[in-house]
Amino acid sequence: MSKEWPLWEVFIRGQHGLNHRHVGSLHAPDAEMAINNARDVYTRRKEGVSIWVVKSVDITASAPSEKGPLFDPAESKTYRHPTFYDIPDEVGHM
Amino acid sequence: MYGQELGAKERDGIEAGTEELEAAFQARIDRGERVEPKDWMPEHYRKTLIRMMGQHAHSEIVGQLPEGNWITRAPTLERKQILLAKVQDEAGHGLYLYSAAETLGVTRDDLTEQLLSGKMKYSSIFNYPTLSWADIGAVGWLVDGAAIMNQVPLQRTSYGPYSRAMIRICKEESFHQRQGFDIMRKMANGTKEQKDMAQDALNRFWYPSLMMFGPSDKESVHSDQSMKWRIKINTNDELRQKFVDQTVPQAEFLGLTVPDDKLAWNEEKGGYDFSEPDWAEFFEVIKGNGPCNEERIEARRKAWDDGAWFRDALTAHAEKQARRRAEGALQAAE
Amino acid sequence: MPSLPDMNSTDVVGMARRAAEHQAPRDRHIHNEELKPALFEWLCRMGDSTLILGHRLSEWCGHAPVLEEDIALANVALDLIGHTQMWLGLAGEVECEGRDADRLAFRRDVAHFRNVLLVEKQNGDIGSTLMRQFLFDAWHIERLRGLSESSSERVAEIAAKAFKEVSYHVDRSADLVIRLGDGTDESHRRMQKALDSHWTYANEMFTDDGVDEAVAEVGIAARSSELKPAWDRLVDEVFAEATLVRPDNDYARSGGKNGQRHTEHLGHLLAEMQFLQRAYPDASW
Repeated sequence: MSKEWPLWEVFIRGQHGLNHRHVGSLHAPDAEMAINNARDVYTRRKEGVSIWVVKSVDITASAPSEKGPLFDPAESKTYRHPTFYDIPDEVGHM
Repeated sequence: MYGQELGAKERDGIEAGTEELEAAFQARIDRGERVEPKDWMPEHYRKTLIRMMGQHAHSEIVGQLPEGNWITRAPTLERKQILLAKVQDEAGHGLYLYSAAETLGVTRDDLTEQLLSGKMKYSSIFNYPTLSWADIGAVGWLVDGAAIMNQVPLQRTSYGPYSRAMIRICKEESFHQRQGFDIMRKMANGTKEQKDMAQDALNRFWYPSLMMFGPSDKESVHSDQSMKWRIKINTNDELRQKFVDQTVPQAEFLGLTVPDDKLAWNEEKGGYDFSEPDWAEFFEVIKGNGPCNEERIEARRKAWDDGAWFRDALTAHAEKQARRRAEGALQAAE
Repeated sequence: MPSLPDMNSTDVVGMARRAAEHQAPRDRHIHNEELKPALFEWLCRMGDSTLILGHRLSEWCGHAPVLEEDIALANVALDLIGHTQMWLGLAGEVECEGRDADRLAFRRDVAHFRNVLLVEKQNGDIGSTLMRQFLFDAWHIERLRGLSESSSERVAEIAAKAFKEVSYHVDRSADLVIRLGDGTDESHRRMQKALDSHWTYANEMFTDDGVDEAVAEVGIAARSSELKPAWDRLVDEVFAEATLVRPDNDYARSGGKNGQRHTEHLGHLLAEMQFLQRAYPDASW
């Protein structure tokens, strides 16, 4: 069996100017073709205006055992969430 | 779809000390948490998932063929576009599912080899032939209808990448069943010949569609384990019943007859009583004796073998280019 | 302060003109009796070429060497069939005999098709398909580019819609021709063979006849021969990078765009494509 094309992770920024979002993966021999393939595979329904690709092996991910220390602190920062604040009813929508 | 539990189900020996991990793992699933690729997971969970996702992916890919059989004969430009877009979606769905399986340490090439060697299966339904244009309607209406029954709950499956792939697939598939039903409607309300084709298509695809849910798994131990792990959400019988209850009124709307003398509404259970498909036929189809098994695998093998030089050439070019760039950079630095 | 969006828009005159056009689409060529035969013929040449090539590409669906390519080829096929609907739809309007795009696509026989010969050639291997695609795309993009200045608003409008899609087609097919030409020894050999085989077919795309002359005279479209220099530049550039040798033969096959001698392949393609409409002429689908 011959050599398989490497796997790429695909990130797409949609029409509404939000951040690039991971949409899936695909195989391609190099970055340029990964971009082309991503256009064909992941924007069949006009989902995106900008595409990033990165080789899957180049992604460094947090280890699951670190899940606690990395994400728990944010849990205490409830002030980052709008529901943290009590707004009197008479003020109306905010 | 295509959650038919096929193939070997060897239970791996539980290593000493993993019991605690397994309990914690089960607790996470019970809390509704998703399992992600780098998380610890029981080896059997991993293997079961690879098989499920692999077979699901293979089914999408082989599933391109019976419908693809009519792309070049679609009767109008618009029907041609719709069918082509739909079959193209199946390729996309296969791709998403292979990618999800790849997060568990297999490669797409491995899975492809296993499909071609017969080691891995795909849904039995795709071994049935599409003989008339009405079959394209029936496949969309019944086969996609059955698939959706299974896929919608799988969006909540415990394995994150599988669940995310299913969410994307379900979103894209929303038009598939409708286009099939639309073809059936046109045929059922068309000329006498068209109506006959529509009835004939229903006759031939009804029982194979019921088979898609797999044999009854009321007593199945494997099914129990899969449900505990939330990689299977409903029993085969539940889904089959749901499918029949949903489809019979649609057939009536079309003015077509479901080919089952025993079909009757059962007030007590709030669903239809219906005849079981011929499970002996099902097992023959699984074993390779369906109407189109050989043609399907042969078509996939040909695509794979004939494409080898193409895949290799693009690898070779990418390597050449990388080398040239590196040499260029080196010269620039000197 | 009243809101004054018409003052805030930079191109308000252009916008007004386009809006007016939209309200009353006028195109003096569409119902010009004298021009009709040539314009109908020319529109069929466009629509039949995109139809037959789209059909050929659709044959790959489910059979391509890799999933990503399967999906990409289907995208191109979908675009081309979309163009067909526009070109043949307009041809039907010009003809004014009640034939719509489907009727033209599914009820004409070989002798009435006006596609170039290149697109009816069988797919062959994926390299042959992609080489055929590149040679066509390189012509297609030049054809559409020129049509943006067509004296026919309707033609210009279709061309503008198609142009964006075809820009991607040609980028993609050129890229693949380069990669496969400069890939392995085997891929190089296959691509050179495909190029040699397609070459004299491709030359047909640049031959002129009375139809080309008639639509050129009224400013609808450039003569086919006028597209050649730009096509030459592009294909030469790509072949150089692909390490492929341009065949040294200016001979142009003929018989496709004028319908006088199609290949044997077209009849088989139509027999398949038109089967349902032919077998059940009273049915609607």
